[in-house]
Amino acid sequence: MNTSLHRGDNSVLGRWWWTVDRQLLFATMLLILCGIIMIMAAGTPVAKRIGAPSNYFISHHLMVLPVGLLLLFGTSLLSPLYVRRLAVIGLLCSFLALLATLLIGVEIKGARRWINLGFFSLQASEFLKPALAVVCAWMFAEWRKEQGFKGWLVAIVLFAFSVLLLMLQPDFGMTSIVSAVWFTQFFISGMPLILVIIGIPLMVLGGVGIYHLFPHVQSRINRFLDPDSGDTYQITQSLKAFKNGGWFGQGPGEGRVKLHLPDAHADFIFSVLGEEFGIFACLLLIALFVFIFYRGVRLLLGEKNLFVLLAAAGLLTQFMLQAFVNIASSISLIPTKGMTLPFISYGGSSLLAMSWAMGMILALTRKRTSSRMRE
Amino acid sequence: MLSTLPLIPLITDPFEAKALRRAKQRLLLVSIFCGVLFICIAVSLVNLSFSSATKNRQYLLGAPKAYQPERADVLDRNGMLLATNLVTHSLFANPQDLIEPIVAAEKLAQTFPDLSFADLKAKLLSDKEFVWIKRGLTPQQYLAVNRLGLPGLDFKREEKRVYPKGAFAAHILGYTDVDDKGIAGIERTFNKKLSHQKEEVLLSIDERVQHILTHALTKAMTDFNAVAAGGLVLDIKTGELLAMASLPDFDPNIPQQASKEELFNRMTLGVYEMGSTVKILTFAMGLENGTATLQSSYDATQQLKVGRFKIDDYKAKRRWLSFPEVFLYSSNIGSVKIALDVGVTKHREFLQKLGLLSPAPLELPEMGAPLIPTPWNEVNTMTIAFGHGFSVNAIQLCASIGAVLNGGQFIPATLIKDGNKHKSPTPVISPETSEIIRRLMRMNVIAGTGTKAEVAGYYVGGKTGTSEKNSAKGYNKKSLLSSFIAAYPMYDPRYLVFVMVDEPKGNAKSFGYATGGWVAAPAVREIIAKMSPLLGIMPAAVDDPALNESLAVPIEFIGDTIADH
Repeated sequence: MNTSLHRGDNSVLGRWWWTVDRQLLFATMLLILCGIIMIMAAGTPVAKRIGAPSNYFISHHLMVLPVGLLLLFGTSLLSPLYVRRLAVIGLLCSFLALLATLLIGVEIKGARRWINLGFFSLQASEFLKPALAVVCAWMFAEWRKEQGFKGWLVAIVLFAFSVLLLMLQPDFGMTSIVSAVWFTQFFISGMPLILVIIGIPLMVLGGVGIYHLFPHVQSRINRFLDPDSGDTYQITQSLKAFKNGGWFGQGPGEGRVKLHLPDAHADFIFSVLGEEFGIFACLLLIALFVFIFYRGVRLLLGEKNLFVLLAAAGLLTQFMLQAFVNIASSISLIPTKGMTLPFISYGGSSLLAMSWAMGMILALTRKRTSSRMRE
Repeated sequence: MLSTLPLIPLITDPFEAKALRRAKQRLLLVSIFCGVLFICIAVSLVNLSFSSATKNRQYLLGAPKAYQPERADVLDRNGMLLATNLVTHSLFANPQDLIEPIVAAEKLAQTFPDLSFADLKAKLLSDKEFVWIKRGLTPQQYLAVNRLGLPGLDFKREEKRVYPKGAFAAHILGYTDVDDKGIAGIERTFNKKLSHQKEEVLLSIDERVQHILTHALTKAMTDFNAVAAGGLVLDIKTGELLAMASLPDFDPNIPQQASKEELFNRMTLGVYEMGSTVKILTFAMGLENGTATLQSSYDATQQLKVGRFKIDDYKAKRRWLSFPEVFLYSSNIGSVKIALDVGVTKHREFLQKLGLLSPAPLELPEMGAPLIPTPWNEVNTMTIAFGHGFSVNAIQLCASIGAVLNGGQFIPATLIKDGNKHKSPTPVISPETSEIIRRLMRMNVIAGTGTKAEVAGYYVGGKTGTSEKNSAKGYNKKSLLSSFIAAYPMYDPRYLVFVMVDEPKGNAKSFGYATGGWVAAPAVREIIAKMSPLLGIMPAAVDDPALNESLAVPIEFIGDTIADH
C-alpha cells in the first residue's frame, strides 16, 4: 500500500492501523532497533572468544528478527478471542516441548533447557511464559463471572504443572518470573487479601527452601551477600564496565571491559551499553521500558473486559520484571540471575517469544467498541 | 470512523464489573510497586557513575608548573652536587586495557632485554588492573616504549635519587629506598629536612679532599693487599670533617647490589682496638695530671706481668726510658706506668671527658658504640694505656686527639658545614700540655716511626698505631690493623689526617713490614701533600730555625741516640 490509510478504510490493515496503540508500537520498534545496535556492540567480543566469526551473533539475530516482527505484527492483528485461542494452543505446545526437552534436550551447565532443532536451538520455557499468562488470565476472568466456574483451580493446576516442568530442568530464573507473573495476575483478579497476607510469607519460605535445597543457588546468593566468599568475576567485570563508561560512555566499539565480560551479549548486555554509551544512555533505555509498561497500564485502566485486562497486565508484568531482573543483576542490586533483557539480549527463543507476547499486548490494547472480545 | 464498526451493546455483568473495578485498583498498586523498582535501578546507576567517572579522567590544564623536586639536594661545603633528584618515567600496564597481551609482552621483552618474556606474559595476562613493568626508565627507553604504540601501557612520572659521582662519599651520603625515603647515611638522618622541608643539606665535606683521601686509601689498600681501609680529614679547630671514606665502598645508586662488607662504614660503625695512637691520650693525661713531665723516666728493663698477661715492648730496649723516648719508641711498658701513676678512676674520667666512652654524636645513623670494660680495673687501665682492651671508632679517636692538639678544646666531629658554629668547645687539657704533645708528635715524624708522613714545609706531626686484630683464637700477630694519625702544621695544627689499613701484607718496598709507619704514614703524606695546596695552606720554610726551635723536645736522651732508629 503506497497510500496512507484513511479512517474509513475498513480493510484488516486499515482497522488495525487506526485501532492499535501507535505509541506502544513505536516504542517497541525503537526497542528492537536498540537491540540490533547492542548485539552488534556486545556480540563481537563474545563471538571472538568462542572462536566464531565476529558477526556471528548479529547475523543470527538479524535472521531471526524478521520472523519475530512477522509474529509480532501478525499477532497484533488478532482479536482478543483469537489471541486466547492461540495462547491455549501455545501452552499445550509448550508443555509438550518442555516434556521433550527433558527427554532429548541438550544439557548445558547442568541444566536441560534447549532442544536442538538443527537450525535453531529452541528454549520452550520462553514460550510457556506468555502462553501461561494468557490462559491463566482467562481462567481468573471466568472465575469472576456471575455464573463463573472455579477457574482459579484450573489456574493453580496449570501453574503447578508449569513449575514442575521448569524445576525439572532446572530453571529457577524462569520459575521465579512465571511465579511472580502468576501471583500478580491472581492478585489483580481479586485474590482474597487473607491469601495475600499468607502468600507472601509462603513465597519467602519457598525461596528459603530453594536456597537450602540447591547448592548452586545457595552459592550465588552467598556470593551476592558476601562478594569475598567466592568467584564474583561476572559481576565485578560488569560493575567495572559501568565505571569505565561513566556518564557518556567510551563510544561505540570502544568498550574494553566488555572483552572480558562473560555473557556480554545476553545476560550482561546492559553493562556493555553502560560502558560504550554511558549511564545516560542506560537511563534512556530504562525510560523506554518504563514507558512501554506505563503506556500499557494506562490503556488497561480504560479496559472494560476483565480477561483482556488480566492477560495484558500479566504480559506487561512479565516484560517489566524481566527487564528489572536483568538490569538489577548487572548493577549488583540483586544476586546474579540469568535473564534476558527483552528485545535487547541475544537469544532466538527469547526474541520470538517476546515478539509474540508484545504482539498479544498490542492486540489486547487495541481500541474496541465492546467489552466483548469479538466485534 | 469507529461508528462504521458494528456496534454491539454493552452487556454488563454487575459481578464482573465489580471485579473489573477492583482489578484496576490492584493493577494501579502493582504499577506503583514496579515504579519503585525502576527508581531503585535508576538511583543505583547514577550512584555507580559518581563512584568512578571523575576519578578515571585526568585533564592537563594550563602550563606545567616549575620543576620542584620531591627531595632536596645534598651538596659539599662548596656547593658541589653530591645527591640530587631526577625525573624519570616508570612504566606500568593495565592488563584489562591490553588488546593483545602476548604481542605486548613480546615487544616489551625486546625493548627491555633485562625483562623476561615469561614474566611479562604472566603479568599482562593477569586480571589485575595495575602492574609495574619497569621503574625509572631512561629517556631513550621512554621514547622506545612510546614508539611501540601499545594501548594499555602508561607512564607514571617519578623521581629517582641520583648520586652523580657514583660510589663517591657513599658511606656519608647513604641511600634511599625505591620510594625516595632515606634509609642510610645523611639521607636517613636528614630525611625529614630533605623530603618534607625540601631544604638542601650542605656537608662539611670538601669534594676535592674526599677525592684525595679516597685515592690515597685505594692505593694503600692495593699496594699492601689489604682487606679494607678507612680514613678521614678533620678540621680540629671547627670539628668539621673535610673527608671521610671507607673501603671497600659501594654505588648508592644501586645499593641493593652492594655486599655487607661494602655497606659497612669502618669509620663510624666499626669499633677497633686502636693501639698505639691511644698512647697520645695517655701522655696528655700524665702531663695534665702532673704525675709525668718531660723530665720523667721509666723503667723498661723488663716486661710487666699482670696475672696471666705479659706486657712487653716492640723492639724492646730493656733499659730505663725518658718520657720522650717512651713516646718515640712507643713503649707499652712506659705508657702503662704513666697511666698507673695517674690511677684508674682519673684515667676513666679523662677518657670520658674526651668522648671515648660514649658513641660519637656524628650525624650518621651508622654509629658504633665503644666497647668499654666493666668493671674497669687496674689491668684495664694498663691495657687501655697502650690502646688495647677497649674499642672505639675512628671518629671518637680523632675527635679526642684533635682536642689534645688544638690547645685542649674538645669539639665533637660533624659532617655539616658550620655544624659546631653555635656550640662552645669543652676545655679538656691545658694549652701547655697540648703544646708538649705537639712537640712529641713532631719529634716522632722527624726521628721516630712517622718519618714517611713528612711533607716538606708542612711540619707534620704524627703517631703510628699497629694493633694485632683480636680473633677468636686471641691476638693474631699476622693480621694487623695499621694506622697513622697526623696533624699539621704542628706549630699551629689545623688539620688532622687519619688513615687505617685493615690486614695489610708487607711488600718489597716496605721490606715486608705491614706496620702503621710503613703502610699508613705514606698515605697520610700523600693526602697532606695534595690537599694543602688546594686548601690554600702555604708551606713554611723548610727547617726554619725558629719553627724547629719551637717544636724541639728540650731533653737529653738517656741511651743510644735517636739516629739509630
